[in-house]
Amino acid sequence: MSLALGTAAIILVVLLWELTRPKVKDASARLRLAWINRWRAAGQSRYDPGRELRAEQRARALLRSCIDDDDWAMYRDLGFLRVWGRLGERPDRAARDGAPYAYLIYPHKPIVAYVPATGELLNEYCVAFPDDSRPYGSSRLPDSDDVLAKWMALTGDERRLISTANMHLPGRQVDPDMVRRDLARLLAWDREQASRPAGSVRAA
Amino acid sequence: MKLLRMKPGHGEIVLAEGDVDVPEQERELIEAFRRELDAGMWAAVPTQSRGGRREAELVKDFGDVPRDAERVIFFPRAAGGAPGATR
Repeated sequence: MSLALGTAAIILVVLLWELTRPKVKDASARLRLAWINRWRAAGQSRYDPGRELRAEQRARALLRSCIDDDDWAMYRDLGFLRVWGRLGERPDRAARDGAPYAYLIYPHKPIVAYVPATGELLNEYCVAFPDDSRPYGSSRLPDSDDVLAKWMALTGDERRLISTANMHLPGRQVDPDMVRRDLARLLAWDREQASRPAGSVRAA
Repeated sequence: MKLLRMKPGHGEIVLAEGDVDVPEQERELIEAFRRELDAGMWAAVPTQSRGGRREAELVKDFGDVPRDAERVIFFPRAAGGAPGATR
């Protein structure tokens, strides 16, 4: 009796296994595929300092090819760009007469508006250019691409960019003391540039 | 003319390249241009002001791109930044 029951149990298990085997096989293949995809995605989005450095080098080359030589020298030497406000379209005149206002563009920081004649800080314009496709797991452009995007948007359509940005009083996100130090550095840099023979910009 | 797009983790990539005076190539440029705008990108053409300073022109239509432009640069549209993200 027990032998018959045992045999029946074994046959039952074998039959059940035969019936469920294709499903188990499919499920295990799906799990393996999902694991591989997850592993690949994680590998691609993992922070890679070499890749980021190469991206920044490309971005710097693009920025350099788009802006004036003296602006490039400013960014290279000081780490930020100055863009004259709408009424300061003639920098030669602005430098002589004093432009009503100008902007400082920092990578991945708000744009700071200030009065060149007095150094008074006016506003911070918080703006970003997030790439939602996140090709390497991040929506953040390389630093110099962020600066170039701000520069193109400001020189191309100042009103549009400013109306898109979140406006705050100075000091909300960017340390005002840091900005004042940067303005002092910029002033010294401008003097140094003015003392150079016309058209000479120090090589990178 | 080259259509370039800024890309996180990479720098710019070339989306399309062609001669606007060759109809077939111009069509490809227009298609690539529209694709990027439809994807929500902004397009800028590096130019020079009358005073000789470099600047950019934002364009919303391929017809607005100067025929002699060498590059059109696409970048993600601006968004008001997140408060308190950078200090």
